[in-house]
Amino acid sequence: MKNRAFHKELKTFRLGGVHPQDNKLSASAPLAQLPLPKQVTIPIIQHIGAPAKVVVQRGDTVRVGQVIAQHEGFISSNIHASCSGRIGIIEEVMDSSGFKHLAVNIRVKGDDWLETIDRTDTLVEGISLSRDEIVARVMEAGVVGMGGAGFPSHAKIKVPEGKTIDTLIINGVECEPYLTADHRLMLEKPREIIVGVRILMRALGVSRAIIGIEDNKHDAIELFDEWLREDKQIEVQPLEVQYPQGGEKQLIQAVLDREVPSGGLPADVGVIVHNVGTTFAIYEAVQKNKPLVERVVTVTGKDVKQPSNFWVRIGTPVIELITAAGGLPESTGKVVSGGPMMGKAIADLEVPVAKGTSGILMIAQAETKRAEEYNCVHCGKCIEACPMGLEPYRLLLLSKAGQSEKSKRENVLDCIECGSCSFVCPSNRPILDYIRLSKTKVKKLK
Amino acid sequence: MSQSLLTVAPSPHIHTELTIPQVMRGVIIAMVPALLVSVYNFGLGAVYVTGLSILFCAGAEWIICKYLLKREPSIADGSAVITGMLLAFNVPSNLPWHIILIGSLVSVGIGKMSFGGLGNNPFNPALVGRVFLLLSFPVEMTSWPQAVATWSLDGTTGATPLGILKDGLRAGETVPALMPQMPSYTDFFFGFQGGSLGEMSAFALLIGLGYMLYRKIITWHIPVTMIATVFVMTGIFWFIDPTRFASPLFHVLTGGVMLGAIFMATDYVTSPVSHKGMIVFAIGCGVLTVLIRLFGAYPEGVSFAILIMNAFVPLINTYLKPVRYGRKK
Repeated sequence: MKNRAFHKELKTFRLGGVHPQDNKLSASAPLAQLPLPKQVTIPIIQHIGAPAKVVVQRGDTVRVGQVIAQHEGFISSNIHASCSGRIGIIEEVMDSSGFKHLAVNIRVKGDDWLETIDRTDTLVEGISLSRDEIVARVMEAGVVGMGGAGFPSHAKIKVPEGKTIDTLIINGVECEPYLTADHRLMLEKPREIIVGVRILMRALGVSRAIIGIEDNKHDAIELFDEWLREDKQIEVQPLEVQYPQGGEKQLIQAVLDREVPSGGLPADVGVIVHNVGTTFAIYEAVQKNKPLVERVVTVTGKDVKQPSNFWVRIGTPVIELITAAGGLPESTGKVVSGGPMMGKAIADLEVPVAKGTSGILMIAQAETKRAEEYNCVHCGKCIEACPMGLEPYRLLLLSKAGQSEKSKRENVLDCIECGSCSFVCPSNRPILDYIRLSKTKVKKLK
Repeated sequence: MSQSLLTVAPSPHIHTELTIPQVMRGVIIAMVPALLVSVYNFGLGAVYVTGLSILFCAGAEWIICKYLLKREPSIADGSAVITGMLLAFNVPSNLPWHIILIGSLVSVGIGKMSFGGLGNNPFNPALVGRVFLLLSFPVEMTSWPQAVATWSLDGTTGATPLGILKDGLRAGETVPALMPQMPSYTDFFFGFQGGSLGEMSAFALLIGLGYMLYRKIITWHIPVTMIATVFVMTGIFWFIDPTRFASPLFHVLTGGVMLGAIFMATDYVTSPVSHKGMIVFAIGCGVLTVLIRLFGAYPEGVSFAILIMNAFVPLINTYLKPVRYGRKK
């Protein structure tokens, strides 16, 4: 029998990292079904790549799981009706990015699913599909990276020409403070996730998978360890709690001590990383024929009455989630889609939940104020914090001076925008804001 | 709370609690044990010199901001208070008020504000003031009151252990013959020796170091490396000829090595930003200190060593980059 995971030495990444308070207020809130909204607004671009092409018209009746927008090309993704009802207006609406994108509105009526979808909770373990069939099924189901990046998952399952993948890493880190969506999913659907891992292993043709989980989710580590006791191919790797361990590059360094070359992909070092939420969606797509129409969203904040984890249909307005968690707290100054380190502040509570929405966080007015800015005192804390080994204070100065060529030489494009530098800066300097500006300018240089 | 009033700003949406005023407050708290030892040893003199120095430094910054630069005075960030305390820590506790005033004006006026204030000065302001005073008022700056726990303002004065050593060696005596004239190592450690106001007790300074490390205000790199460098280098000389060179423990516990390594060389603004750079910088500070002590004209070299290394900081920051992720050749 193999070593128990919780006896293993904790691993972590080597460069930088910070320790914000983790505030996992909703960690003990079981997954609950959010009541169906009156209407959903489903953006046709919720992924990296080409927008999907709308294939329904105003007035059409749709059932849950029906394709409403078809992928265009390989790096694209299908969009499905997440609720049944009548198609309303198809127009540009603001999503959580703050930009307007074409979206399909559905007036919800009943909850009528396509009968091809297996909605039972029965675990289906046997994997009968071939590699290509798995890719096709995942593509059909519109599964994209649910950790936030939104890269179409089928494209990540297909091993690129000339690359050999030896290890699949499952990202169960959830290093963002407050968020517990992946944590709850791991606790409540461990066996489904494990089947998902086996599906991915078959598709990628690898014989080794490692599930990386941070030590603040000890219950999840033990649970997976229990289910994987007899498994010789999948192991659990407990990780020290440190932000941004859930970053793909940091996770690969933590688990395998390999570094993805600058500008490269994990496949360049023989690794593919999938998030646990994505892995679960892949299980449902392949074993239950269920497209990605709902996901787990954490609704939380220090003043939120009932911090919760909901199953939410894609396209549900954010306000519905907030109401279900006890309403918008009086103190709220900022509502963030995602975690506090990398999430996006949203201006309008009507924006829809998308495939990449992992949480809705309400931050009190007092906490949203940026404190007084001081001169850079060259304390070096940003360098100590940067997980990419950059010199954020210097990148800020270069950005202010408009020195794009120099910024490029200082590897500004390696920045993963984790926000650790701005988080630790004792002078409250908006370092990441300036780095983002610099990155945009440097990309234009090419 | 109406929806339309939601704040929209780029991430990150949370920030560490350790901001500049908190950092400065932490450094001040870390200096308190050393100050208490000084008050115990020198009585009111220590209070008087430290108080005046803080007052003059903060006052100088306030006046310069308000009337010369015509901008909001920046003394609330606490850095002028630290400069004042550090200047006081580096002078004898019987220094007359007008010399303290001159030192404060040089520290803050020339050392810091002339470069644009906090963050922009290349040299440690307190050391600029201290060295200016040492060169301008050599007698007052080297008449050290003895640590005799007195409450009177005019106690007896005498030489520091390093001074006794330097003069004795110059007069042709050997180290073993000089040692009986000095306090024991235990006295050095707890601070019963002559010297500058804040450098008395290695013990009190180490408590301050522990506090700053615990609060994550500084990292171990500069203090540990500098003290270790002094220890190792003096140890080598001592091993070669113990009659001409004092023991490494003597060198580490006397003079300003502890004060310099813990509070002066670690100044954010005038030390390198990367860990690699900090180590190179601290080795330089240690080596120069030992060279001045053993072969220079002055008995003590910490201030000069740190100021010289301050000048190398921009160079160190340019050439010693942190290890980049994913750029191995």
